[in-house]
Amino acid sequence: MSIEIRDLRKAFGPKIVLSGVSLEVRDGETLAVIGSSGVGKSVLLKTIVGLLTPDAGTVVVDGREVRTLGREELYELRRRVGYVFQFAALFDSMTVFDNVAMGLRRMRLPPEQVADRVEEALDRVELLGYGDRLPAELSGGQRKRVGLARAVAFRPKYLLYDEPTTGLDPVTTTVIDTLIRKMSSDLGVTSVVITHDMTSAYRVAGRIAMLFEGRIRFIGTPDEIRAAADPVVRGFVEGRPDLMQGVA
Amino acid sequence: MQRTLTAPLAWVGRSATDVAASFGRFGSFSLRVARGGRDLGTWGGLLATQMARLGVQSLPIALFVAAFTGIVLALQASYTFTGAVPLYFVGVLVQKTMILELGPVLTGLALAGRVGANIAAEIGTMKVTEQVDALETLAYDPFAYLAVPRIVAGIIMFPVVVVFADAIGVLGGWITAVSLLDLSTPEFVRGLQLFFKPFDVQFSLIKAASFGLTVTSVGCFFGFGTTGGAEAVGRSTTEAVVAGSMAILVLDAFWAAALLR
Ligand SMILES: Nc1ncnc2c1ncn2[C@@H]1O[C@H](COP(=O)(O)OP(=O)(O)O)[C@@H](O)[C@H]1O
Ligand SMILES: [Mg+2]
Repeated sequence: MSIEIRDLRKAFGPKIVLSGVSLEVRDGETLAVIGSSGVGKSVLLKTIVGLLTPDAGTVVVDGREVRTLGREELYELRRRVGYVFQFAALFDSMTVFDNVAMGLRRMRLPPEQVADRVEEALDRVELLGYGDRLPAELSGGQRKRVGLARAVAFRPKYLLYDEPTTGLDPVTTTVIDTLIRKMSSDLGVTSVVITHDMTSAYRVAGRIAMLFEGRIRFIGTPDEIRAAADPVVRGFVEGRPDLMQGVA
Repeated sequence: MQRTLTAPLAWVGRSATDVAASFGRFGSFSLRVARGGRDLGTWGGLLATQMARLGVQSLPIALFVAAFTGIVLALQASYTFTGAVPLYFVGVLVQKTMILELGPVLTGLALAGRVGANIAAEIGTMKVTEQVDALETLAYDPFAYLAVPRIVAGIIMFPVVVVFADAIGVLGGWITAVSLLDLSTPEFVRGLQLFFKPFDVQFSLIKAASFGLTVTSVGCFFGFGTTGGAEAVGRSTTEAVVAGSMAILVLDAFWAAALLR
């Protein structure tokens, strides 16, 4: 089972964001999606869990086409897909414990089981004992880890990360990257990691896809992307906008 | 010349389309709220908190407004009547005006500023920080979780607040009448009772409930409609207050036309 995206198109009014994205995420792999700011990486991720509806094309998760799912089926799917938001998107008014427990309570698990699962999730992100804190009392890296704990509390099969390391210092970035790899090996999850940080992409991903002008411009292993001849890919990877100029 | 003539027309046309589009969006928002309303398991447990918050937020300002309105009503009545009409009519006027009109409307307007703005800012912030999306990914219906308990709390609590406002308004009028005007308590009370109809109170409560529905729905609508960053939240908040206040005045006229004839 996997995620299959075929010819995905999405525009907001006159602004075309995705113009035919096709991408397969293989079972058990970690795929990084790279690309400049505003290229549509978050839009792509949101269509996978039905937060946005594509104008055309299909997204198939575990053999089910997302767009055709009814509300309850969609919720059922979302329990199998953990989503880690760019700025963590923690509920400000709730403690760390309640944030992580939110989804579990919705499943009507008994309170002891909720507490166990929250503990397990906080343990995975190495934040045991932080349950009583409020999000405002945490550092940026800790907030992201709580966001990750909330996403893994369901014990999902898939994890989608929206720029997990953006805005973090290099040391915290390494901590998060290590966690991403740990989730992948401990839980055996299939992951999609959106990033514009090449160091992170090399560190966590088995394959890297580059989104450019509404389509997948390149997909391959870290070695393949390092060896790519395409000036657009090279320009991005090497951080040299001069290479990308005037190419389409 | 041509431009200056057509520009306002184009503007009017564009605003009309915008307004029509807004009504369309409000329609689909209402449908989603109605669907969320069936999800009692999600919002039932949140209702008490929202009712308490709403009461705490609105009572002080509502009572403040009502007390001073009662004082002014009494003074104006006595000024207007100057000898031509028996002074105990001050009681009639305070009671009628407070309960039929100013209690619900001024409370509604004050709460459009307080409660409507608060809801729009709160949900708007959750929207732009992706907390609304996060609710979705945790298999919650954001409309059932955020909008429904606030709207139901509004429908229940506005009438409660308005009853207090009506009472405080009349009390303000009474204190003014006995301390500043040449009126005794029995006379004021006689005026209160003279044209009193239980229907007046019902009318006041119906209006209050409809204002509660309106102010909270409009707050939620603009909150959920927020896209962008912090400045977008500010914009939604202002829009919620303006639209909520206008809706209250229109509804007020509607109720008068529908029930007072
Ligand atoms: N809900 C929305 N409404 C309108 N425009 C949007 C919306 N979401 C994203 N966009 C636009 O789509 C483009 C891609 O956004 P996004 O996917 O967030 O980029 P990024 O690659 O940085 O994650 C941006 O230009 C953004 O303005
Ligand atoms: Mg993004």
